[in-house]
Amino acid sequence: MADPMKIRATAKDGGADVRVLMAHEMETGQRKDASGQVIPAWHITEVTAMLNGKPVLRAHWGPAISKNPYLQFKLKDAKPGDKITITWVDNKGDKRTDEATVS
Amino acid sequence: MNVSRRTTLQVAGSAGLYGALLSLGLLRPGTAAAEAFDQKAFHIAGVPDTLKALGAAGATESKDVVIVSPDIAENGAVVPVAVKSNLPNTESIALLVEKNPNALAGAYDILDGAQPEVSMRIKMGQSSDVVALVKADGKYYMAKKEIKVTLGGCGG
Repeated sequence: MADPMKIRATAKDGGADVRVLMAHEMETGQRKDASGQVIPAWHITEVTAMLNGKPVLRAHWGPAISKNPYLQFKLKDAKPGDKITITWVDNKGDKRTDEATVS
Repeated sequence: MNVSRRTTLQVAGSAGLYGALLSLGLLRPGTAAAEAFDQKAFHIAGVPDTLKALGAAGATESKDVVIVSPDIAENGAVVPVAVKSNLPNTESIALLVEKNPNALAGAYDILDGAQPEVSMRIKMGQSSDVVALVKADGKYYMAKKEIKVTLGGCGG
């Protein structure tokens, strides 16, 4: 199981500013190791953000997203205490879900 | 049964060719397929072909699509980029890097409740134009910006 995400959600002007930091290698599949073998691609393919159980943003990622990906987005309508749930899935089928509350 | 059609079907029978046709935008995936994002779009080199694969070949440049990023990125492995759309009814945002091995970096579905604004950090192999693609009201709009990279982010 992968390391937990860091999620910060701050209420702002009736909405919320959500920042997520995920822990993931994001291997591109382009690099080679010391013996010349291609390191297989291993990266997050999909991230879903939910506000109180309702999906608000879905991200589809390729290998060009940096290692330990950072994602920031804004919600139109959120108040302190609302629950933000972030789920990612990688190309090996591994997944992780973390929760945070808007503050 | 049309014989030549049958032969073509047999030749084209491999899922690989179907995938190639799909990624070239010759075959339009239905709504069910659109739900599960086509990962093949991530394996195409060059902005024009990727735009085609996304069904956005005729995207018009728009001032309402804003790319926020440094002009010069020191480390190509971590280039902060934000894309903002001022267009009403923005449905999705995608970011492409012209000179990366595969142009598409990320695509975002803006669902009900989110503002059309996302920030991310991407890898860039070398100095290149980045293209932000926005789908709003069923139409595609784009914006371009050059980012100079002093240290490449792929394989370095």
